[in-house]
Amino acid sequence: MAGAKEIKSKIGSINNTRKITSAMEKVAVSKMRRAQERVAQSRPYAEGMRKVIGNIANGSIEYRHPFLTERPVKNVGYIVISTDRGLCGGLNTNEFKRIALDMKNWKEQGAQAHIAVIGNKATAFFKRFGGKVLAQQSGSGDVPRLADVIGSVQVMLKAYEEGRIDRLFLVFNRFVNTMKQEPVIEQLLPLPKADVTAKSHSWDYIYEPDPKVILDKLLGRYVESQVYQGVVENAASEQAARMVAMKAATDNAGNLMDDLKLVYNKARQAAITQELSEIVAGAAAV
Amino acid sequence: MAMTVQLDVVSAEERIFSGLVESIQVTGSEGELGILPGHIPLLTGIKPGMVRIVKQFGEEHLIYVAGGVLEVQPHSVTVLADVAVRAEDLDEQAALAAQKRAEEAMQNAGADFNYAEAAAQLAEAIAQLRLIQKLRKK
Repeated sequence: MAGAKEIKSKIGSINNTRKITSAMEKVAVSKMRRAQERVAQSRPYAEGMRKVIGNIANGSIEYRHPFLTERPVKNVGYIVISTDRGLCGGLNTNEFKRIALDMKNWKEQGAQAHIAVIGNKATAFFKRFGGKVLAQQSGSGDVPRLADVIGSVQVMLKAYEEGRIDRLFLVFNRFVNTMKQEPVIEQLLPLPKADVTAKSHSWDYIYEPDPKVILDKLLGRYVESQVYQGVVENAASEQAARMVAMKAATDNAGNLMDDLKLVYNKARQAAITQELSEIVAGAAAV
Repeated sequence: MAMTVQLDVVSAEERIFSGLVESIQVTGSEGELGILPGHIPLLTGIKPGMVRIVKQFGEEHLIYVAGGVLEVQPHSVTVLADVAVRAEDLDEQAALAAQKRAEEAMQNAGADFNYAEAAAQLAEAIAQLRLIQKLRKK
């Protein structure tokens, strides 16, 4: 019965693992629901912002903000949002694959990449992968705050204003639905044309104190809100991916346990049969 | 019935208020403002403080905002509120902190990394030990 005992303890340990993964799945389900709500809540702000910026761009002001003007690309910047923790399937890996490819493309065009990372996994990745990391942020937890992203965003905006980067991208996992999250690379700066064109209208604002000050403030806030939105969406994706991964792990553990139980029963039967035949043989010999 | 205008107070993290209002009082960057329905389009920064609104049937409502931007359009008013009081030097501090973290993270091995690197080093050390032992036996 030596083999049987080992198999039994193995079944026990798999059962424990299964309990953990199924608990993690349940936690992820409830966290995902709340994360989704946060995504919906942060949307009206970005929309309102986009409308105002569109109206200003449409109005009659001469001031051209650097955030709105294209320039030749010599250096690119990325703000990469990843999760802090693992065990969420291929979520981060897919994202990093995507960005590595994009960086390679820019490199071929002679543009060097500067990166701001949000999340531990991205930090670890770029440490291995190489690349100029300008800012790092992690540990925003399940309830990300806007204040968490300000630092990294400021660093990148400054780099853009000083001309060290000519384009700024945001990389995160878009939450499509529970089963699907896809890594996306969005252009933040200069603002894509679609963001700043609005329906034409016959009125213009009164600006207090003047358009330049307000536009400066608005554009900074707009980029921040986009990054925040990315962080929130990435958090929702993380929970969804973890939920799916943990469900798969729980199912696999169940299958493994069934298989092992079969093996265990066979081993047990074989042992009994052997014992019986030994007794019978012993009795015959006497 | 008094005239009303649609007001939305939103911040990056949540929608704070949305509904029809009779009037809005807010501290703009240039001074106190009172907005009534039919106000001329206006765009201004607002200072941290209270936004006092009178809702459709005369009910008063106070909201604290930590600065932001007030936008008045012909048929709607939007307050784009900041989530925290912002100042140049505070932003600067946050930026410096983020930069410092980046340098530290790139120098110190992260928890993820320690393991892989340590495992590689261990494997190398074991290989060297084996080699030494073999040489000794000979």
